[in-house]
Amino acid sequence: MTIKEQQDRIIEDFEVFGDWMEKYEYIIQLGKDLPLIDPQYKTDDNLIRGCQSKVWLHAELKDGILEFTADSDAVITKGLVSLVIQVLSGHPPKEIAEAEIYFIEAIGLTSHLSPTRSNGLLSMLKQMKLYALAFQAKSMQN
Amino acid sequence: METATAQDILWPEVDLIRNEFPILQQTVNGRPLVYLDNGATTQKPVSVIRSMQEYYTQYNSNVHRGVHTLSQQATAAYEAARHAVAAYIGAHHHEVVFTKGTTDAINLVANGFRKAFLKEGDEIIISAMEHHSNIVPWQLICEEKGAKLKVVPVSDNGELDMDAYRSMLNGRVKLVSVTWVSNTLGTVNPVKEIIALAHEQGIPVMLDAAQAAAHIPIKVHELDVDFLALSGHKLYGPTGIGILYGKESWLEKLPPYQGGGDMIRHVTFEKTTYADVPLKFEAGTPAICEAIGLGAAVAWVNKVGIHKILAYEHQLTDYAVAALRLIDGLRFIGDAKHRSGAISFLVGDTHPSDVGVLLDQQGIAVRTGHHCTQPLCDRFGIPGTVRASLAVYNTTGDIDKLVDGVRKAVTLLG
Repeated sequence: MTIKEQQDRIIEDFEVFGDWMEKYEYIIQLGKDLPLIDPQYKTDDNLIRGCQSKVWLHAELKDGILEFTADSDAVITKGLVSLVIQVLSGHPPKEIAEAEIYFIEAIGLTSHLSPTRSNGLLSMLKQMKLYALAFQAKSMQN
Repeated sequence: METATAQDILWPEVDLIRNEFPILQQTVNGRPLVYLDNGATTQKPVSVIRSMQEYYTQYNSNVHRGVHTLSQQATAAYEAARHAVAAYIGAHHHEVVFTKGTTDAINLVANGFRKAFLKEGDEIIISAMEHHSNIVPWQLICEEKGAKLKVVPVSDNGELDMDAYRSMLNGRVKLVSVTWVSNTLGTVNPVKEIIALAHEQGIPVMLDAAQAAAHIPIKVHELDVDFLALSGHKLYGPTGIGILYGKESWLEKLPPYQGGGDMIRHVTFEKTTYADVPLKFEAGTPAICEAIGLGAAVAWVNKVGIHKILAYEHQLTDYAVAALRLIDGLRFIGDAKHRSGAISFLVGDTHPSDVGVLLDQQGIAVRTGHHCTQPLCDRFGIPGTVRASLAVYNTTGDIDKLVDGVRKAVTLLG
């Protein structure tokens, strides 16, 4: 699936939820189900600081495909991280760098993107794009 | 006859107070707003909002300058606000400097001490429960001057270790700067004793009264405190305004903070002489409208009565602590004997930010995180807390909704 198709699928998934509780129940479940990050990557270097919760993000390029793994100390943040990873992980760096991310707004979670001292989701999205650009630049050099 | 509610027993007239706050009459995320983030900022009564609107619609003008009518009106209102705040804290009006807020006031004093008093090897005492705004300004000047920042430790229940404090007072200490009420723990510190002990050795004391001003009667002369800072926006007033109280003798000794208009007596390129206190510290056009708003806020608090507020919030805090305590797995961070209505807690191993997000979905505004007291959170080994902080317009109904909301959040996170 393309990045766009992934986003549209998530938007469709969220349409079935009747109220905020169902929505957050799902996000919390996603958080709990997020595959564990390899402990060796849970370092300060990979830490994205939000004011409230921490996010660790690791990026790895395999056969031209960029893969992300991540973790957070807060489970809702982890669920949101899981959604972003579903969308952006497993694509070529160029596609990630150029992707337009619209699903977060579409599923009514814009408040989590406030550039204030919140949960680091916005910083994480930026960091993923920076990784993509860096890997893209690197592959062009090779 | 209907059964009396807890609110009826505590203070049935609170609805009249609530009606004066337009912002409280709304729904957030489809629920009636429950605003429990008063430690961060309080809401504003309509009289404060109106006073600011009147200023801009009727007599906006610069102060201390013009001979024209509007300027005189603006100056009179600005100075009346200073008198009102001074009376509120039991000070003379010339001992009250308008600042941007508590942080600005602390920086003003820190900067004065840096220039005039602090030398290598000197010490400044703060406590482990300080807000970053009462840590970093002192850290900056200590680093610059080669002075030492000494920190009074905090016990497990969130009280200052007064024995340690006593032992830290010595001839090298130039200033003690501590908070009256902890924004994270709600602890009310024994400020009278703190001041008396320091004064025995001739050491001046500054109090951060940001979390005290809307909740506890302040009498600076009775306390004999040397400096005191507070913020308007935590006292039902606007943002961008606060005050520094300083004993006249201290304000005379402190050098000016910033240079500019309004703070001078006479300027030549060779030498400038400064205005008398407090104007010596008010360079540039001040926050006139905000000062007037703060004056209106103080008038509003006086109308309700700070002693009434103290008594009611005390009962409401007891009610909240008792109700929250019944939640399985909930533990308080800070459980001091003398406490104010900032109530910090954690539930089981849930992350405070998760609880905060789920409370917000239910229209309940609390603060989560480290509350700008990172060293304190490190002291307790926690990433932060969920903090509900009360104001006079809160009700037992707000507390009941909070308790239900926390239960719902914890179930979802379970």
